Amino acid sequence: MGRRVAIVGVGQTYHKSHRPDVTSREMIREAVTAALDDAELTIRDIDAIVIGNMDHFESINYVDTYSVEGSGGVMKPIMKVSTGGTTGATVAIAAYYHVASGLFDRVLAIGFEKNSESDTTGAIITCSDAIWDRFSYSGAIPSLATEATAYMEKYGATQEDAAIIGERDRNNALNNPFAHLQRPLTVADIMASPMLAYPIKLGDICPRSDGACACVLAADGVAQKITRKPAWFKAAAVRHTYTWFGDSTDYNKGLVSMQRASKDAYQQAGITKPAEEIDVAELYLPYTWAGLKWIEDIGFCGPGEGVKFVRDGNTHMGGRIPVNPSGGVISTNCIGATAMLRVAEAAIQVMGKGGKRQVPDVKNALATGFGGCFWSDVVILSTERP
Amino acid sequence: MAHQVESERLVSVFAYPMPYEWSIGLYGSKFFQEIKQNRRFVGIRCNGCGKVYVPPRRVCGPCFRELTELVTLSDTGVITAFSVVNYPFIDPNTGAQRPIPYTYGYIKLDGADNIFSHIINETDLSKIKVGMKVRAIFKETAEMQGNIQDIQYFDIVA
Amino acid sequence: MDNAAIVGVAQTKYERRKKDQILADLVFDVTQAALDDAGLAIGDIDSVVTVSNDFFDGRTISGMAVGDAAGGEDKNISTVSGDGTFGAFYGLMRVLSGYKATIVVAHYKGSEGSVPITTNGMFDPIFQRPLGIDAISAAALQANAYMTRFGIREEDVAQVSVKNHGNAKNNPCAQLPMDITVTDVMKSRKIAAPLKLLDCCPISDGAAAIIIANEEIAARTKKKPVWVKGVAHCCEEYLLGDRRLSDPVALKDAARRAYAMAGITDPMAQIDVAEVLEPFSYMEPLWLEGLGFCKPGEGASLIEKGITPMGGRLPVNPSGGALSANPILVAGLARLIEATLQVRGEAGARQVKNAATALAHGFNGPCGQSHCVWIVGGKK
Repeated sequence: MGRRVAIVGVGQTYHKSHRPDVTSREMIREAVTAALDDAELTIRDIDAIVIGNMDHFESINYVDTYSVEGSGGVMKPIMKVSTGGTTGATVAIAAYYHVASGLFDRVLAIGFEKNSESDTTGAIITCSDAIWDRFSYSGAIPSLATEATAYMEKYGATQEDAAIIGERDRNNALNNPFAHLQRPLTVADIMASPMLAYPIKLGDICPRSDGACACVLAADGVAQKITRKPAWFKAAAVRHTYTWFGDSTDYNKGLVSMQRASKDAYQQAGITKPAEEIDVAELYLPYTWAGLKWIEDIGFCGPGEGVKFVRDGNTHMGGRIPVNPSGGVISTNCIGATAMLRVAEAAIQVMGKGGKRQVPDVKNALATGFGGCFWSDVVILSTERP
Repeated sequence: MAHQVESERLVSVFAYPMPYEWSIGLYGSKFFQEIKQNRRFVGIRCNGCGKVYVPPRRVCGPCFRELTELVTLSDTGVITAFSVVNYPFIDPNTGAQRPIPYTYGYIKLDGADNIFSHIINETDLSKIKVGMKVRAIFKETAEMQGNIQDIQYFDIVA
Repeated sequence: MDNAAIVGVAQTKYERRKKDQILADLVFDVTQAALDDAGLAIGDIDSVVTVSNDFFDGRTISGMAVGDAAGGEDKNISTVSGDGTFGAFYGLMRVLSGYKATIVVAHYKGSEGSVPITTNGMFDPIFQRPLGIDAISAAALQANAYMTRFGIREEDVAQVSVKNHGNAKNNPCAQLPMDITVTDVMKSRKIAAPLKLLDCCPISDGAAAIIIANEEIAARTKKKPVWVKGVAHCCEEYLLGDRRLSDPVALKDAARRAYAMAGITDPMAQIDVAEVLEPFSYMEPLWLEGLGFCKPGEGASLIEKGITPMGGRLPVNPSGGALSANPILVAGLARLIEATLQVRGEAGARQVKNAATALAHGFNGPCGQSHCVWIVGGKK
């Protein structure tokens, strides 16, 4: 579709629970500077900027105009894309279209969030429909918990099965100097943690982080001059359906948006056997059960096979398709940046810049975004120019 | 990254209400009228896919079709999923803490094909199971205000 | 730039309060109407962009409320949070990247939220918001700076209001068609000096949709395709005090690049009609200066010289503009829709004769910090 596009540089902040030393725009600047340094470019080389966050966390209307000093947007084209938890991915995808269209050669994509500046739960609750859902909704946790209980009921998965995901991702985070939570968590730790909303315990769920992430995207012909190993976009797919949380008419159909988005992405990328052809995956898993369920929806294994696939070690480092070498969302969750971190980390894997978290011989990397009313996005990056 | 300037770390607090007055719309209003007049639910059927949606709305998303056929339902349903919420949080509707624990429930109302979200009046995990039948407990008609809280909660019925 | 055209448009009537309809209802109306206008079915659309703002809607992830109604089911759908002209730009880029037809839908209900509080939300939370500044008071500052710098009188600027409300009589969608005089404007209630009630836009509810398609689809749609000749956007500094409010540098930059794309070297001569976003009367002359239609400081004399009223050399805002209806976010898309109708020859009583090339403009942020300029025309 249009021109070929690659990510040629990425940057992120050292994510923390609380960054009282910076305003949002200062925090953005850290990520932008890191991304430009990574690409060995200056802001003058950037033709356009796309930025996004989840508004009600910082309660700043029009963050694109607010943050120009930090984003480098002064006297540049800048636009804001905002789609809830999926924002980081949809911002990266919007940046992709900026370049693919032929109108811009080098585009900066920025995702950020200062979760500490707000009441996270209150801010998330306001994503639900005010008239119908907001009275009973209490944020992401219980609605994810309902998904978990349905899965446990259907396939006999246990809380321990899910806890493996948490243990895996938190262990991986130790290799990622940017990750927010840098302390390992065992299955036993998770099982002993306080119950928030059955069956989700504190150890099963992502933290709230302050952080930003930026990616530099460049066009075919330009990308190759910037870096030796561009991370080429092979696919970008978005599926955001449903207005009300109860609109999934068959609760046991699985994550329909992920099924559709991944199908579209695999078609774009010419992938027929994902578990074989994808070398590493950065999945937006906001809680542990997602690591069992959504890998079925994304086609790594069949329905009901998630537990076995994970227990067999396929998704651990060294396995067939390592998931979340970065530590994933369970280790770092600065919402507007989180989905972009998945894309950025996938790019890091493709570009071979993963350091201690590098998976060997990566050709194809997959990144997902999740948010809203069970929405999904899928991006596939590759060393291979399509 | 070293900051060049050293100073105290101050904060600025913004804590005032952002008021809204949302329209319920003609389709949604029908739902609350039916509760007030007849103490039961009403859904709407899509003549394309045949699905009955609650609350009634104008468009079937998957079919992209305008809906017109209202369907009278009862006041009962079945639990398809639930979660007992144990953590404290500020309710953005009231500015105060929502009382916990409470049970967030996904209920398939009898006759409807999608899921209705509300509260289930039971927080003891040993007493709730997916598949249990529930009945809506409405407010006294005189106290109804035409909003979602006209349904107080759903009781589990034997 | 590859050829891409606007092939379908729709607007709701703009009103103070649309009590019976929720946002999804408005969006469904304009989505259906735009499809009908284009002679396309929802299955022909392969990409959707909603233009939604969380603050204005009182809902985080505001796009969630309207995705289904915009035909987003099983499609690549995203949301631009900003003026409709920017959303349309994203839609255009998707088409240029390979999608066949993108629908861009903008929605807004000013009646449901508090406009002062939500526009106060645009300002820096630490240094400016606690002062209570909002869109109107900021505009008043800009008006003051602009008018003082060039010695423009309130009466000069009042003429914009007279012209635009009068033009609105020819626009069945407009909220405030009115026959008023400069005296009426001068006597209207003082809002924030120098702005008086009739210098300001109303609070509005409404939605609008536009379908942008590739050449292949444009060849088979119902109406004459309106080709995108040039488009650009640009943003200046943020804090009002960091900017020279009487000198719209971001607009100049956006205009320069859009003109270059469209091959426009003499805007006044080559553009037949302009729809600019002017929620406050002083903004029309200020933006016309930024767009290069006249020298700085001369914008306010264009009406008197007979250039920008209907029948003049360059009619500006035949639709009545934002002064006559300002559903925020939607209003910029409405300017692009009006420009499209002009080029199609479908603007009815507000049609500018032989409008072959039209300009549409929108902006984001306080006092027009970030501008988007579109040039559309009848020829590929």
